[in-house]
Amino acid sequence: MPETKEITSPEQASVERWENETLEPVLKKRPERRRRFETVSLDEVGRLYTPADVEGIDFERDTAFPGEFPYTRGIHPTGYRGKLWTMRQFAGFGTPEETNARFKYLMQQGQTGLSVAYDLPTLMGYDADSPLSEGEVGKCGVAVSSLADMEVLFDGIPLEEVTVSQTINAPASVLLAMYLVVAEKQGADFRKISGTLQNDILKEYIAQKEWIYPIRPAMKLVIDTFEFCTRHVPKYNPISVSGYHIREAGSTAMQELAFTLRDGIEYVQWGVDAGLDVDEFVPRISFFFNAHNDFFEEIAKYRAARRIWARVMRDRFGARDPRTMQLRFHTQTAGVSLTVQQPLNNIIRVAVQALAGVLGGTQSLHTDAYDEALALPTDKAALIALRTQQIIAEETGVANTVDPLGGSYFVESLTKKMEDGALDYFEKIDAMGGMVEAIEKGFPQREIQESAYQYQKSVERGDQTIVGVNKYVMDESDGMPILIINEGVRDQQVERLERAKARRDAGAVSNALEKLKRAAAAGDNTMPATIEAVRAYATLGEVCDALRDVYGLYEEPAF
Amino acid sequence: MAERKIRVLVAKPGLDGHDRGAKVIARALRDAGMEVIYTGLRQTPEMIAAAALQEDVDAVGVSILSGAHNTLCPRIVQLLRERGMDDCLVLVGGIIPQEDITRLKEQGVSEVFLPGTSTEDIVRFLRERVGARA
Repeated sequence: MPETKEITSPEQASVERWENETLEPVLKKRPERRRRFETVSLDEVGRLYTPADVEGIDFERDTAFPGEFPYTRGIHPTGYRGKLWTMRQFAGFGTPEETNARFKYLMQQGQTGLSVAYDLPTLMGYDADSPLSEGEVGKCGVAVSSLADMEVLFDGIPLEEVTVSQTINAPASVLLAMYLVVAEKQGADFRKISGTLQNDILKEYIAQKEWIYPIRPAMKLVIDTFEFCTRHVPKYNPISVSGYHIREAGSTAMQELAFTLRDGIEYVQWGVDAGLDVDEFVPRISFFFNAHNDFFEEIAKYRAARRIWARVMRDRFGARDPRTMQLRFHTQTAGVSLTVQQPLNNIIRVAVQALAGVLGGTQSLHTDAYDEALALPTDKAALIALRTQQIIAEETGVANTVDPLGGSYFVESLTKKMEDGALDYFEKIDAMGGMVEAIEKGFPQREIQESAYQYQKSVERGDQTIVGVNKYVMDESDGMPILIINEGVRDQQVERLERAKARRDAGAVSNALEKLKRAAAAGDNTMPATIEAVRAYATLGEVCDALRDVYGLYEEPAF
Repeated sequence: MAERKIRVLVAKPGLDGHDRGAKVIARALRDAGMEVIYTGLRQTPEMIAAAALQEDVDAVGVSILSGAHNTLCPRIVQLLRERGMDDCLVLVGGIIPQEDITRLKEQGVSEVFLPGTSTEDIVRFLRERVGARA
């Protein structure tokens, strides 16, 4: 063995002693179950973590107290002792009437916030009567083509009191405008409205792929909403920077963390370049992460996210307001981890994933329903998903203590590893010129594809176990009742669209759309003209077409 | 018999952007020695049938997770047959309810693969079915 002169700390020395005296004899007699233990991200996990693994981590500097910089242990000094996380189940299917009924049902069952899932035509900026919408209306979410649909969707739901999260990206500014006009008609004060718009277009190009316009004008639309909300809807979160979809597309936990936070940095930079003050708009930027199967890896990811964001905001952007440095996030359990096989097993997966989100300090949580690998959830499955959160919150005791895993050698060392890995990615992406440039080069897309493929291979080799899929497989014949979306949704939606068009003032619509085009072409803020257009019942498709005329369409780089 | 690689068009019809599965399958089939053409996102059934004809493929693999399969799949099969591609297999992968599988097969879909399927099973299926025709 070559001679080395490494300085061994007392902590390392005691680990070596344990390895020689206690571990080795046992390993000789009984080898471990596998040569390599790894996370669901295929990252190697050590046998034991000790003080030697946290030597470089300073409590005051890196971990600190909850509610204090760098917020590793959470943004609230009282954790969940003051207020539990918001239980926010993502829902939307069929017509606005059906989704409105599901919202009211979930709220009666104790859900504390709403979250709207829109269908694919809405996500892509097409009306229900577009030929491209055939077969898709109301299938993956609720169909909204104009203000007339939005009025039904939120009928009887006071938007000044209930916080609503909207999963909409490429046409987000249009749906925000519709939401605000509905609130206005309810008599709500814009300054009291809170809620969240997903509005994260970068992760669309990276992972989810529901885009309309080229990247740069799409980024401009996002900045328009920042500006507008900062001025007029100050309690609203105009963006939820999302790692969820990046992870679902196959990234590792570390890639999810890195690409999401680097997306966040990109939005902040664009906002600053547009003349916004970081301490004014960044406090309203929220995040959205996945909760996958590997329990500790997920917890470390959330803790690292808070620490990285706090430091980046202070050191890179010169933030002074603590709220600018406090990363707030929503969590959803991993849809991709749900299995068609033995679907009731998904209840257990969701419970464990949700627990990771809670131990990671999430501000709000969606738990998937057990039947979601088969279809959108039935009432029964959606209810069990909500009950899972209520059991975690009120029976397990995990919400009684702030950051209960803080100080764990394993969790602290994994948190540091996550942080270091993300910072390496930041360096690479900065060297490319930023996230927009990295996406144009296809960098994050390729990294994710590679991870997705390696994971699939690992499952097929049996290195990663999926119960019911590659182990403990059963013959299953009993079908499960699933939610069937009525094929008549499109006809009903087209009918309402036609009624709205017949009633509206056509001159006001075309004036507003012309005004919007002029604002877009001149680089002015598009929100006022968008609000005017939707108030006149211009349809989603019409507004997006006006912007398509000015901005053009995005073309994906070849695979 | 001349060595001809199995040719497969992997397609994403409809508005759905979830392409993880399509891309993993495309790469697995390539690694298994097949010629794979990936159409990219948001292809209409007409575009898919035209690409299948132009590329002279043995099979079309369609990935759909949006629930639009009952509208899109029968049309793809019909357009392939209208173009004289009587032997071209149509494989569907995605979130497809059990009762729809029976109907899709009656309408000419060769096989439906659900989440959790091993890529090796798809490779084997293609080799057996395309090989049997050669």
